Amino acid sequence: MLRFLVRRLALACLVALTVLSLSFALTRLAGDLAVAIAGPSATAADVAAVRTAYGLDRPVLVQFADWALRAAHGDFGQSFFFKEQVATLIADRLPITGTLGLTAIFIALAVSLPLGILAAVKQNTWIDRLATSIALFGQAMPTFWFGLLLMIVFGLRLGWLPISGTGSWRHYVMPGIVLAFTAIPALMRLTRTGMIEVLASDYIRTARAKGLRARAVVLHHALRNAAIPVVSIAAVQLGFMLGGSVVIEQVFALHGVGYLAWESISKNDYPVVQAVVLVLACIYVLLTLIADLLNAFLDPRLRTA
Amino acid sequence: MTDHALRSAFVLPRRLRNGGFVVGAAIVGCVIIAALVGPTLVPHDPFAQDLLNRLVPPMWMEGGSAAHVLGTDQVGRDYLARLVYGARISLLIGLSTVIVSGLIGTTLGVAGGFFGGRVDDVVTFIITCRLAVPLILVALAVVSIVGSSFFVVVMTLGLLLWERFAVVARATTAQVRNLDYVTAARAAGCSRGYILLREVLPNILNPLIVVATLEMALAILLEAALSFLGLGVPPPLPSWGLMIAEARDYMFFQAWVIVIPGLALLVFVLGINVLGDGLRDLLAPESRA
Repeated sequence: MLRFLVRRLALACLVALTVLSLSFALTRLAGDLAVAIAGPSATAADVAAVRTAYGLDRPVLVQFADWALRAAHGDFGQSFFFKEQVATLIADRLPITGTLGLTAIFIALAVSLPLGILAAVKQNTWIDRLATSIALFGQAMPTFWFGLLLMIVFGLRLGWLPISGTGSWRHYVMPGIVLAFTAIPALMRLTRTGMIEVLASDYIRTARAKGLRARAVVLHHALRNAAIPVVSIAAVQLGFMLGGSVVIEQVFALHGVGYLAWESISKNDYPVVQAVVLVLACIYVLLTLIADLLNAFLDPRLRTA
Repeated sequence: MTDHALRSAFVLPRRLRNGGFVVGAAIVGCVIIAALVGPTLVPHDPFAQDLLNRLVPPMWMEGGSAAHVLGTDQVGRDYLARLVYGARISLLIGLSTVIVSGLIGTTLGVAGGFFGGRVDDVVTFIITCRLAVPLILVALAVVSIVGSSFFVVVMTLGLLLWERFAVVARATTAQVRNLDYVTAARAAGCSRGYILLREVLPNILNPLIVVATLEMALAILLEAALSFLGLGVPPPLPSWGLMIAEARDYMFFQAWVIVIPGLALLVFVLGINVLGDGLRDLLAPESRA
């Protein structure tokens, strides 16, 4: 177990380090960063001034080491546009994205677990086909378009929910549903195939043979084992959701990290962009780490990996 | 091509009873035809503005006319013409992205699965890192920094969407590697490159084709999302995502302006996915869940 723990932690650190380098490299794609920051109307003198002011005249490796060391301490520098500490900007907006992500994963699990279980128990019936169709549509639905449709129907026509902003829990319902649909297909398919596999196994037959009621067999015996992969995929999906929320935050004008990223991208605010990429990637790494540890805890066979 | 791949190609028509495959193939076929010959059939230019006929509704709605079957957009461009031209863009983006990502993913996956050991560790690590990178965010950032164009969008998506190819290629190659015909080829003195290209690759092709349909669908959705956020295919090219973005200001008054391009997107992607599912059942019936 200890060996597994150490290996897994080392891997997480290595991935985080790689992502750190990648997010630094991302902003160097522009070619000359000083020219990009100074803007199209800048003179050569302006560019030179920007270059010294932002330390861009130093060797790239020095710049990287400097940035990486600061970033490791949570100091991402100052935003060009907001004139604020990037770390503060992100910390202010992270709760909104977090709330959205958690709402979405909750909705996704609330839909896909029961549906997946029912589809597995009643294989090849209408409910199975319904579940499969929902998964197919969820996979093919353009999220931003789905969001706009919900806005028209529930926001404008029915007037049930607010169409933008973050004032109350009701603001999170529509974006939460939209974001949930990005995870529902994977979670539901996994629950379904997992349940089908487990229900066919010997110990379920034993449980049935000793006269347990069908409900007890499914919920107590089968679900417990089928849920193991679902737990880890749910964590992974939450990570994807936080990264993918940029589109939905823009549609619903939720001022979370995704919205901040979009604003910064359109304003060439590189320090914010690279910090958001890094933070979201690290959250993903952390989530998958937790999921793997949880899995190893639930299923001893995985500890040897 | 080996015997096996040849045979599966010829067996396909006989198994056409698979419903998903037929429906998917029909939808994708329609889009391909629309993309190829559509622009010549629609009597309007997708770029021609007509400010006197702005936001004309589709012909079946009140105020619509047969001159513009699907109506016109906010600057009076014919919606059907733009939709049909948009099919070309979605199709091209999807295909080109899959070629780029398929090459990257398959190369990495086959290398990892075939050589194992250190090589495999490195490949697995690269896949893990790729998964940690927030997809849409990085795509947006790259397109914004490098500048949006068709080529940049394809390269960006291609460089980001290869991981499923790699995962599947790695797993299937690891299975194939130890089969008798590979051992036989090795014993016959075939070179490593020959074995990889002529023995391994044809035998892992089927699952990769299925992955290709999934990735193509994903690439089309992502391009639409990028274009919707203003960082995809640059205007005035009529990408479906861009059409939705441009129509967004008018959607509360006339819902059809976003329903039409969105529906096109949904149906096309659904078709590709259903086709992929059908293909999987046809190519590997034993894996049906």
